[in-house]
Amino acid sequence: MSVATEPAAIPPRSGQELVRVTDLVKHFPITSGVFVQRQVAAVHAVDGISFSIRKGETLGLVGESGSGKSTTARLLLRLLDLTSGQVELEGEDITTASGARLRNVRQKMQMIFQDPYASLDPRMTVRDIVGEPLVIWNRWKNGGSVRVAELLERVGLNPDHANRFPHEFSGGQRQRIGIARALALQPKLIICDEPVSALDVSVRAQILNLLANLQREFDLTYLFISHDLSVVRQVADRLAVMYLGKIVEIGDRDELYGRPVHPYTQALISAVPIPEPVKERQRKHIVLGGDIPSPVNPPSGCRFRTRCFKAQEICAEEEPALVDHDHGHPSACHFAEPLELIP
Amino acid sequence: MSGSAHPYQPRMPQAPEASPDALLEVEDLKTVFHSEVGTVHAVDGVSFDVRPGEVLAVVGESGCGKSVTALSIMGLIPAPAGQIVSGRINFRGQNLLHLHSEERRAFRGDRIAMVFQDPLTALNPVHRVGAQIAELIQVHRDVGRKEAWGRAVELLKLVGIPGAEERARQYPHHFSGGMRQRVMIAMAIALDPDLLIADEPTTALDVTVQAQILRVLLDVRDRFGMAIMLITHDLGVVAGVADRVVVMYAGKKIEEADVHTIYGNPKHPYTWGLLGSTTRVDRPRLEQLTQIPGAPPSLLAPPPACRFAPRCAYVQPLCRTEYPELRPATAPEHLAACHFAQLDGWEPGPPARELASRQEEAV
Repeated sequence: MSVATEPAAIPPRSGQELVRVTDLVKHFPITSGVFVQRQVAAVHAVDGISFSIRKGETLGLVGESGSGKSTTARLLLRLLDLTSGQVELEGEDITTASGARLRNVRQKMQMIFQDPYASLDPRMTVRDIVGEPLVIWNRWKNGGSVRVAELLERVGLNPDHANRFPHEFSGGQRQRIGIARALALQPKLIICDEPVSALDVSVRAQILNLLANLQREFDLTYLFISHDLSVVRQVADRLAVMYLGKIVEIGDRDELYGRPVHPYTQALISAVPIPEPVKERQRKHIVLGGDIPSPVNPPSGCRFRTRCFKAQEICAEEEPALVDHDHGHPSACHFAEPLELIP
Repeated sequence: MSGSAHPYQPRMPQAPEASPDALLEVEDLKTVFHSEVGTVHAVDGVSFDVRPGEVLAVVGESGCGKSVTALSIMGLIPAPAGQIVSGRINFRGQNLLHLHSEERRAFRGDRIAMVFQDPLTALNPVHRVGAQIAELIQVHRDVGRKEAWGRAVELLKLVGIPGAEERARQYPHHFSGGMRQRVMIAMAIALDPDLLIADEPTTALDVTVQAQILRVLLDVRDRFGMAIMLITHDLGVVAGVADRVVVMYAGKKIEEADVHTIYGNPKHPYTWGLLGSTTRVDRPRLEQLTQIPGAPPSLLAPPPACRFAPRCAYVQPLCRTEYPELRPATAPEHLAACHFAQLDGWEPGPPARELASRQEEAV
């Protein structure tokens, strides 16, 4: 682990950062025993990742399910306690914040969830859902209703429908309700956890356009979590690729798509089909074998080696550091080499 | 175990030259669901063919009737709520809708097999995976238990499950999503069917696993020569594997053509919209994605008009009063249900709007 946490990957402080994460670790204990619960193992969900998000940008966080993306989001919001590491928001260390201070911090960070059906309380009206953050912050009395109407209008919903319940809306409209709720407290950072994965193609474009317009209008910073690299190419400025609790490559969007360096990034990009028959059938495909291994016993050395087409002996012995191998951005591979995969 | 570096090259689409005779002909299929609020016309007069050995993709958004079409073919529409009110489903010239349930069962799983989106709910959690495949073989074929089990293990090997002998003795919860989908495919091809219906087989999977599963599907098709009817909303997947494409919208087939025509020269504005709103890994960021405004219509009482009209950027008064019949557009095999599909220069963009309004005046 000491090898992997080479500070080279952590960009120097620039004052432009909204969020800065250093050496973030989250292990979920696995316990056993009837009377005395002993920890027998741990799920290494997030294992020493560092990154920063600049003000006004969108950082895409990609990887397969089980790579630790959502855990990272929950750690940022302090919905989960960190095992170790540090989270800073606007230069302020919020790692140990609690009580009133934590609530204050959370006001600046909101989340949009994947499932627009499960993330809205079916017994609350839209007005209650969108207005709840205002009630909690004692801002309801000062024109809360007006603010809710304003928010609904801004996300493309009819303010007259504020008395309706979530089940009266389609998936896309529900996602708009979730977005209005996230905007209510004028946050700095919005974490979008697979916000369009559950939506149909035509509605997906509507939501992505809405998110982009809101970002411009309110100067928002997004952490955009997705497993769909085609969506991330449209929304993200920079991109961090996660595999089994580690960041394996991080860099600017066009650089990462144009010349990906890590074999995992390459495999991910090549696995996303291009909607054009000739291009899709003639391009180079890398098909990974197997599934993502269990995070309880991650492979030794490089965690990707069990599925990697470049794996050698050294990969089992030594964990590659996340450093720039002269490709313009850091990657964690012993055999880092750019590969053009998009025709 | 280690990932293969073999470039994955799906075959180029070929006109299924083998036989122009359709394996499956669906004619004017109408399937409805009765509900408290009224009758939902889920599939409303859909016709198409599946030819031997081809991959036919059926594309559309959720609620457009793709899955109901598949379930109608399989004879799995739940009665009494669901009902096939008219139409014909001819399989090798025999109308499946005229068969008794016993006769129907002999077809299901044997000649026509299906792979579902969610393999966890489609597999029985309390039976070993091998036993579930073996049971299917024993029900349809005159073989002993041992032989059926051996065949099940063979099938698991065929779809790329490592350690098939041991894995056959495990239960579905021991398998990952991708591995479960392989089990489903193994079960579907167990009796060497003529037609495999795959309903969103990769939607619940990660992209890397999706690529594996698509490869397995194409591989079994090449090996056994069955036709595949692939139901999906993902236009990327379709571009990679399909020979022909049927586009559905609100219970109707609105366009049909070979895969190159659908992507290269589509004629229905809904198809344009779908292609335009798809995010692409090979395209730098756009200022704004093309979006289709609104949402699909209710299928409770669809008006006798173009169902896409309320969302269409090129809509004319005619579209709101008259249903556009499917007509050949660029070629006899290319059908589109748009009043303007046959106009020269009918392609996405402002000129089409002018074209449509001029045509409208002329009518």
